[in-house]
Amino acid sequence: MLSNSIVALGQQGLAYMAGAGRAGLLLLGALKPAGRGTKLLPLIIKQLYVVGVQSLVIIVVSGLFIGMVLSLQGYTILVGYGAEQSLGQMVALSLLRELGPVVSALLFAGRAGSALTAEIGLMKATEQLSSLEMMAIDPLHQIIAPRFWAGIISLPLLAAIFSAVGILGGHLVGVDWLGVDTGAFWAIMQSSVEWSEDIVNGAIKSLVFAVVITWIALHKGYDAQPTSEGISKATTATVVQSSLAILGLDFVMTALMFG
Amino acid sequence: MSQSNNIIEISNMSFSRNDRVIYDDISLQVPRGKITAIMGPSGIGKTTLLRLMGGQLKPETGAVVFDNQDITKLSRKELYIARRKMGMLFQSGALFTEMTVFDNIAFPIREHTELPESIIRKIVLMKLEAVGLRGAAQLFPTELSGGMARRAALARSIALDPELIMFDEPFAGQDPISMGVIVRLIRDLNDALDITSVVVSHDVEEVLSIADYVYIIANKKVIAQGTPAQLRQEKSQQVVQFMEGNPDGPVPFHFPAQDYQEELLNNVK
Repeated sequence: MLSNSIVALGQQGLAYMAGAGRAGLLLLGALKPAGRGTKLLPLIIKQLYVVGVQSLVIIVVSGLFIGMVLSLQGYTILVGYGAEQSLGQMVALSLLRELGPVVSALLFAGRAGSALTAEIGLMKATEQLSSLEMMAIDPLHQIIAPRFWAGIISLPLLAAIFSAVGILGGHLVGVDWLGVDTGAFWAIMQSSVEWSEDIVNGAIKSLVFAVVITWIALHKGYDAQPTSEGISKATTATVVQSSLAILGLDFVMTALMFG
Repeated sequence: MSQSNNIIEISNMSFSRNDRVIYDDISLQVPRGKITAIMGPSGIGKTTLLRLMGGQLKPETGAVVFDNQDITKLSRKELYIARRKMGMLFQSGALFTEMTVFDNIAFPIREHTELPESIIRKIVLMKLEAVGLRGAAQLFPTELSGGMARRAALARSIALDPELIMFDEPFAGQDPISMGVIVRLIRDLNDALDITSVVVSHDVEEVLSIADYVYIIANKKVIAQGTPAQLRQEKSQQVVQFMEGNPDGPVPFHFPAQDYQEELLNNVK
């Protein structure tokens, strides 16, 4: 019994390592320059629309509500210390350092990552990837590379939009509704938010998340069993694994940046 | 370099997948300009054989020579160059669903050539005319019937004027009319464009009506080969069962299982 479970553990470990190896080869193959830059650009632009622009609604709406809730909760605590004028600082720092990159990454994994996995899995199931290979067109260049670049460009921009909308939401609740002084709200925010400490670090976080999510999503789709069950499993795995990776990496990066 | 008379020569090739041997020391040749058919029961890896010919899979031993080059020994780049001389018609058609029929056929031309759009348009219309779908150029693949989708895919696989076209189960799941259309198209295109065709199928009558030479594969080996007329004279039990579609014979009706009576009486799983 015990030896069986050790064997199973070893097999799982090997399968996991083999999967990681295939994921690495996938990325290498996709990023290797193939002298087709002019052909890549229109493909990237199309994917920017699918991956980025079409994620805007969920990002803007969530950003607005997160900012509003943050402001409401922050106000009730800060007002007890007579410090409600620092509300702008609190909202801005929470969003720029943590909530903006992390929540937008989680939403991106659910909205765009799952779609990428399902799309590529279905292309595999319907032999579209094989037919590209037989047409002497490398699917890594044609399908994987443009989606990878589009993901990396989109998510940091979406995170910035998320934080900006969130701050406006915070202003809506804190200033327009609860009556915090608008001058103090903006002035204290401006004096406390640092360019490199807060904004650049937040951007680095969302760039790292973008690489991780897009990579996982593309690998899971490309590696999926070409059946309906396999694609459903791969899509779930994309959302679960990228969410866990986001949260884990966020802690590590926070510890390095602010610890 | 001397041009061999065979465009594909597979010699002593073995291939297995997940410990299951698919091909054991198999050899076959595809002569230029002819229609060569590969028949056999489903599930014996006929599609796998096409993928081996196209270099999408690598055999464990043996050589797959395409146009005097051993496909198994080419680098990725050389392989992609060799594939420009091949076309493959997939069972599902594998048209790109987000493009119109016209763009699907223009796609390989746009990718591999620098031709101006006006010439591409003419080439695409010629290919569509050849398969009788010029009127469907602006439709999307989801708007086509199964037979039309396969013809559109055929037009795409001849877009770059390949030397070899591989057909994966071209007759499967087609109504009698589309079947007749595809049978005629394979023969006509082969002769008109002076290309070589490899047809993988288990539709005995259709294959025998167009093929110049036929291989029958079963049990990881070639069990019979010859012209359609020669195969009709074949006496071997295995071949007769396959050609006549008898339910029982050397290929048993029952999947291997334990003793029937024993399994019914035994309650323990």
